[in-house]
Amino acid sequence: MDVLAQSIASGLLLGLILALSAAGLTLIWGVMDIVNFAHGDFLMLGMYATFFAWSLLGLDPLVALPAVVVVLGLVGVIVYLAVIRPVLRGSVLAQIFATFGLGILLRGLAQFFFTPQFRQVGETISSGGVVLGPVAVGRPQVVAAVGALVVTLLLFALLDRTTVGTALRATAEDRVAAELMGIDSARMYALSWIIGAGCVGAAGALLATYYPIFPDVGAVFGLLAFITVALGGFGSVGGAMLAGVLLGVVTDVAGVLLDPTYKFAIAYTLYLLVMFVRPQGLLGRA
Amino acid sequence: MTRWLPAAALAAALAYPFVLGSPNAINIGVLVLLYAALGTAWNILGGYAGQVSFGHAVFFGTGAYTSTLLLQHLGLTPWIGMLAGALVAAGLALAVGYPTFRLAGHYFAIATIVVGEIAHTLVRSSDVVGGARGLFLPILPTALINYQFQETRLPYYFVALGLYVVSLAVTLLIERRRMGYYLRAIREDQAAARSVGVSVPRYKLAAGAVSAALTALCGTFYAQYVLFIDADSVFPLSLSILIALVAILGGAGRAYGPFLGACVLIPLSELTRNQFGGTGRGADLVIYGALIVLVSVAQPGGLAAAADGLTRRMARAS
Repeated sequence: MDVLAQSIASGLLLGLILALSAAGLTLIWGVMDIVNFAHGDFLMLGMYATFFAWSLLGLDPLVALPAVVVVLGLVGVIVYLAVIRPVLRGSVLAQIFATFGLGILLRGLAQFFFTPQFRQVGETISSGGVVLGPVAVGRPQVVAAVGALVVTLLLFALLDRTTVGTALRATAEDRVAAELMGIDSARMYALSWIIGAGCVGAAGALLATYYPIFPDVGAVFGLLAFITVALGGFGSVGGAMLAGVLLGVVTDVAGVLLDPTYKFAIAYTLYLLVMFVRPQGLLGRA
Repeated sequence: MTRWLPAAALAAALAYPFVLGSPNAINIGVLVLLYAALGTAWNILGGYAGQVSFGHAVFFGTGAYTSTLLLQHLGLTPWIGMLAGALVAAGLALAVGYPTFRLAGHYFAIATIVVGEIAHTLVRSSDVVGGARGLFLPILPTALINYQFQETRLPYYFVALGLYVVSLAVTLLIERRRMGYYLRAIREDQAAARSVGVSVPRYKLAAGAVSAALTALCGTFYAQYVLFIDADSVFPLSLSILIALVAILGGAGRAYGPFLGACVLIPLSELTRNQFGGTGRGADLVIYGALIVLVSVAQPGGLAAAADGLTRRMARAS
């Protein structure tokens, strides 16, 4: 029973970070109908930015987090202007091809400049452990999960409570109608890339407090982020959150109850099962 | 001018290994033709019917494992094993396609990734099929019936050429028949296709089964060519993605597109790996990724669209 509680807790903690990185992905998809297949590699960049802020400047990951968000926001807008805007006139397939290429490029650049070596952020202000009844978890995991929850809720508030957020949602709902209301959709596209990349940058900074950093780290998390987004329903931030937590818990519990070999396969099977019942995802619109 | 282009391409393909006879050149030729065949097979489902699959490695792996297991346990010639693999893969495509073809757009694409990763995990952890250790094919004397050619790799080149021609012929056959029009109608507007009486599920399943069977043929070829298979070489997501990229780069939904895509992408990835891969610093990935981004930004319609524009301009000039 303790093992079960333990795995539920650690799954929940990972799920919240998954939810944050998926929220960035789903925002871009919702606003401009583009799936960024380099999203996992944006996470990798966020983790490296955090690592170098720690190793070169001596900044704690939590202190560096706002700067990492800004750096990734810049990466997002550069990618939008240089790669995404030109392929918007192409087919969906051309867009997939472009973002896949971008992912390979980013991974190659990371390997070239940072070497394939595994890196780890050492002692941070969140180091330590937490014991809650039968459950013992690392403090970095708890801090990271809480941080992810806070950033996700901030994103919610931004989309729900501000004029900019309303404009973003209007563009997602109906671009032409939004333009008729005076909303500059090109600016909204750029903004969704800034915010989407910023979110995954925050997720990377939080994850870097306890997870090893290497050029391919985005592969596993990128795939999980896609599944999270689709499971929650494309374009739905709330759905991404629900799905992230669900996937995190199912993965860890399956790893304990069944066999660690199959833990991702079980999470993938969950996606298929949900899709057969709700083809539009948990909170997606049909 | 466009009428004799296919004949000229075929003549060039037949002459290639005799002009550039080095083992390395033949290997690149084999890989180009193998991926051209795979991309062409993918194109039937992904390009014509618009159902983007990132899980085609499942069918490739099914072909490789079916013929290899039949060879190891029953001594069956891989030629028959290849057909058996195609049948198994087609059956698998029907079984998986029946529930997943209901999913729209990106939901379907993610489902294909998920199915591929589940299959990858299952094969890697099943000791019945060699598990993580993989399977070594028995080395047999060079003979057509054995599907093994040790002294020179040249025969493999012509088998690969044959596989590509079969894939292309099936594509052209479908393209010019009612099924080709139905598939394109499903891609353009599924609801409209249904409203004019196209049985959408049936034609998606048919396209999926044909595409899977052709992909499985290539899987058997790979097993016979490399003589070792494991889950990480014939079932990985990266293979599924490369198959799709070859077709997308060339021009999805065009019969000759994947061939163009393979002619560019495969030598590029081999050359960058040979030239820059040795450093282990990922310079090959940088060049490969940067070129993919450049091509897609410069030519979003794929190489076939660019080639079409070129031949039209040449026709006007002459």
